[in-house]
Amino acid sequence: MNDTFDLRISESHIEVHKFHGGTILLSMIFALMLQAFLPVYIPKANILDLPLLITIYFGLSRRNPSTGLLLGTCIGLLQDSLSKTPLGLFGIAKTVIGYLASSIGARLDTEHPLARFALTFSFFAVHQGIVVLVQKLLLAQPQAWFTMRLGISCLVNSILGVFLYYFLDRFRKS
Amino acid sequence: MVGIPSRHRSLFLLTGVVLLQVVLLAVQIRKVDSPDGSRSRLIRVWSVSAVSPVERSGAWGIGKIRDAWRHYFALSDTARANEDLRRENGQLKLEIMQLQSKSAEADRLAELLNFKQKQAKVPMVVARVIGSSADANSAVIYLDQGLREGIHKNMGVITPEGVVGKVIESFRDTCQVLLLTDRDSGVGAMISNSRIQSPVGGLGEPLLTMKYVGNDDEVNVGDRVVTSGMDRIFPKDLPVGTISQVKPGSPFKQIRVRPSANIEKLEEVIVLLTTDPLALKPGAPLNGNAAVVPSVSGQPVSRLTNTKPAEKHP
Repeated sequence: MNDTFDLRISESHIEVHKFHGGTILLSMIFALMLQAFLPVYIPKANILDLPLLITIYFGLSRRNPSTGLLLGTCIGLLQDSLSKTPLGLFGIAKTVIGYLASSIGARLDTEHPLARFALTFSFFAVHQGIVVLVQKLLLAQPQAWFTMRLGISCLVNSILGVFLYYFLDRFRKS
Repeated sequence: MVGIPSRHRSLFLLTGVVLLQVVLLAVQIRKVDSPDGSRSRLIRVWSVSAVSPVERSGAWGIGKIRDAWRHYFALSDTARANEDLRRENGQLKLEIMQLQSKSAEADRLAELLNFKQKQAKVPMVVARVIGSSADANSAVIYLDQGLREGIHKNMGVITPEGVVGKVIESFRDTCQVLLLTDRDSGVGAMISNSRIQSPVGGLGEPLLTMKYVGNDDEVNVGDRVVTSGMDRIFPKDLPVGTISQVKPGSPFKQIRVRPSANIEKLEEVIVLLTTDPLALKPGAPLNGNAAVVPSVSGQPVSRLTNTKPAEKHP
């Protein structure tokens, strides 16, 4: 936790948020479950990436890169395990996103909805880029870098993220 | 995390976690990597892909070093082998030269034999050139046959290509032949097409001269000159040469004739064992196109004699 402490000193105006016990774990599990079962009943819901939104949110809030990347790793690997993708595909992407979100969260004020929207939009795009990159380079599975569906998904997730983050803010310790 | 600066700790952690997951991916994935559709684990493909360039580079480097050692340093055996090969090469070259010489000799003798067989009724003997004149101004050669084989003065000497000269001296086992190119030499001849008769003699140079052809007579370069038989030495229609140059002169044309026989490089010749007029068998021109007969290499030249001389000249 020395990193966090150092960051607090250097970025003294940035507030590190803590959450009630079990919030992160429950949020993670809940997001994964919804991600797995929601498309069964609402097919259009498959454009959502709730585990990614959870990763981004807690990364931005905790503002500790190590914690952020490990959280991303866990969420990503669990998401992989619940899907047919090989273990590590989303794991790598969400690890990187967790690290980036924590690093950026330690330097920027991410409380404003517009900032959250922009960051989520950017992270979502980066996440998709990493997924496609891994698929192309490591798995030899050619994928398009950009599709309209991806653009819509990016937009929808960013909007949803703003509301989701607002909801999760309620579980912060005061 | 000991030894890693705290500010980079998360970065190292990120790198490690990502790498672990990459390996995890590699372990799981099977990839089609061969034309027959067989699949192998991605981690094996990556490992091979990562290691093979190093192996290839290593093999290339070791190969170069080994070649350099073999080609530039470990040459003691090579030098010895080189010397042996040079020696063997020299011997083989010598053998080749000897075989080529024997082959050429066999061809020449076969040609002579073929000619003699076609002129079976003409008494003749084949002789080998064993020497030449010590005087540069006279064109004379010595043969290895003489009186014992029936060779006498004024007998004609020819090759399958044409007239060579005549015997001017005969000894027990050798004879002296005056070549057609000598200044004092001459042969009764005529132009094959026009039948213009005129003696052909030597000038002391490679070309011959046709002496008494009038300016009004039609003579062309390329006309063949043959023996006329009027000198009573050579049979009629033996090739003498080909006209190579014609100039008007006074009172006769200046005609140069290139000898049919290769007089400058004689090795074996035929001596006609008679001074009586002879008639060559029609259809057996002395043009060197004789059919090849079985090799006679190694056979003594004297064995090719058709007949023993029927007459002895004093």
